Amino acid sequence: MPRLRELAPLQTLALALFFGFLVAAPLAEEWLLKLATRMAIFAMAAAALDLALGVGGMVSFGHAAFLGLGAYVVGIAFVHGFEGSTLAGFEPPADIWRQMLIAMLAASAFALVTGWVSLRTRGVAFIMITLAFAQMLYWFFVSLRRYQGEDGIALWNRSQGLFVDLEPQPNFHLFAVLCLLLFTLLALRLYHSRFGRVLRAARDNERRVSALGFPIVRFRLVAYGISAAATAVAGVLLANATWFVGPSYLSWPVSGQLIVMVVLGGMGTIFGPMLGAALFVLLEQFLPDLLDLLEPGAGEHWKLVLGPLLVLLALRLRRGLFPALARGRPGAGAVLPEVDRG
Amino acid sequence: MDPLLLLQQTLNGLQLGVMLFLMAAGLTLIFGIMDFINLAHGAFYMLGAYLAAWLAGLFDAFVPSVAVALLLTAIVGFLVELVVARELYRRDHLYQVLATFGLVLFFDELVKLLFGPQPIFLEPPPWLEGQVELFGAPYPVVRLAIIATGLASAVFLWWLIARTRLGMLIRAGADNREMVQALGVDIATLFALVFALGAAFAALAGAMAGTIVAVRIGMGEEILILTFVVVVVGGIGSIRGAFVGALLVGLVDTWGRALLPGLLGLVFERSVADAAGAALAPMAIYVLMALVLAFRPQGLLPARG
Repeated sequence: MPRLRELAPLQTLALALFFGFLVAAPLAEEWLLKLATRMAIFAMAAAALDLALGVGGMVSFGHAAFLGLGAYVVGIAFVHGFEGSTLAGFEPPADIWRQMLIAMLAASAFALVTGWVSLRTRGVAFIMITLAFAQMLYWFFVSLRRYQGEDGIALWNRSQGLFVDLEPQPNFHLFAVLCLLLFTLLALRLYHSRFGRVLRAARDNERRVSALGFPIVRFRLVAYGISAAATAVAGVLLANATWFVGPSYLSWPVSGQLIVMVVLGGMGTIFGPMLGAALFVLLEQFLPDLLDLLEPGAGEHWKLVLGPLLVLLALRLRRGLFPALARGRPGAGAVLPEVDRG
Repeated sequence: MDPLLLLQQTLNGLQLGVMLFLMAAGLTLIFGIMDFINLAHGAFYMLGAYLAAWLAGLFDAFVPSVAVALLLTAIVGFLVELVVARELYRRDHLYQVLATFGLVLFFDELVKLLFGPQPIFLEPPPWLEGQVELFGAPYPVVRLAIIATGLASAVFLWWLIARTRLGMLIRAGADNREMVQALGVDIATLFALVFALGAAFAALAGAMAGTIVAVRIGMGEEILILTFVVVVVGGIGSIRGAFVGALLVGLVDTWGRALLPGLLGLVFERSVADAAGAALAPMAIYVLMALVLAFRPQGLLPARG
């Protein structure tokens, strides 16, 4: 993640276009605005995953769990607000700020416990374990009949804002964009702090960093928790954007999609995954239409095209979109060296 | 607790366990030799089930249909290795995840296109229908047949790995790939064979599952994640570990679902215990995994080397 003044011209242009579109989207038609909201939310989730995956070197295949936890904070609060009931004696808050706070606490608590176990392993095992823990939470919410189990909760209203009414789409959209901007600033600070440097150094050469006396696992665990908390905030926003909360948010393809966004944009660059998320949301929206144009009815089976596209991406892609935009300017885009696995 | 019910549940757990072993054996061999993570292993399971059900519906011959389904899935596995996996052995795990995730999306959609979104069924043949009396409790013959087939496959696999030349090469490849290559063994072909073998075992597990539950899209991913738990619990790259892990996970999952509501009922009210039991039972195996990792991060029976 380059500092703002270190961005290559093309990178600056791409980011300006992306954030410009997000800020200007309320002027656009309703469907385009909704698309922009989705972009902002997934940009945040993907960038949050990148903190763990690209910056921390932890290939988590379970980040959907944190997204879903955030969404369920909204869903559970809605159910209790609707019934006028309490949860274990407490009244779950209806305002989005406190919901975000609870979501962050819940997600980082889950991340710290599962991360403590998962980080005892490396490589393939870490991928499988994060996936398994996410699936555990998925089954938990599927069988939680109190909150509609598999069917999920349809929301009748959004969370309350503090100074603004979040019900109108433009207001909610700008709120989501504001969250994304705040997160970006926070990520910039974190990335260039001592904490961020240790994380990146440990990713690139674990042995040296541990020889310097840094407790790598503790650094990684904290990064995992921060990443989880930020993903949960995106989950709170996602529930409000779609008016729906269900176990499908925790399902494993969502974790896969987040990874696709990160890798597409360029992992370890934070900005890249945001652009990757925007691209993926566009693809999700327009690939079916495009296929329908070529062959009526083909759009329904768009994943038949998306699948091989991802395979191709994995086979050919080396650095991702964002670093590629900085061509010829070494240092402007973080390049993750291929891990030597001989 | 009714001892007969416990016996039934134990047998059900064994039956899930042997199916998981068939899945885990292929997956763990691929990890062990090539350090490759294959999310599409669940797709082989699904393909095996669909092909077996489709062929059995066409030809009304159960055993040949399953055999052909195994063969076809093995060919698909071979092709997947040739076209995709082979290019990714030396890349980071992340790219393996990305590519095989793409394959899962592709195969799921392909099956939906070919066989439709509705679940289909694999009718067991007449000689597998009905129930037998076990210590006075009725138990379906087809489930016993699954346990027997699974155990027989485990013995076959042990023979293949421990007693044949191919197995020796596989074990040597897992220990030290470069050395085997330097000795003149075509490791690429060897691995393609292991991949195809793993796919065939997954297809067998899928076909067996098809005789007791509906064959549907997404069945592969569910069992894949359980298989990951098995592999982590047993120890990556270890066939013995996969066997022990599979039986353990199968039993804990089945017992958890059957017994947990009753156990909670000793402490809580009936309605609370039922609801909590239903929500907590699916989590039992993940708790098992966490416990194993906390005390033995390398798994119960890790591969040597």
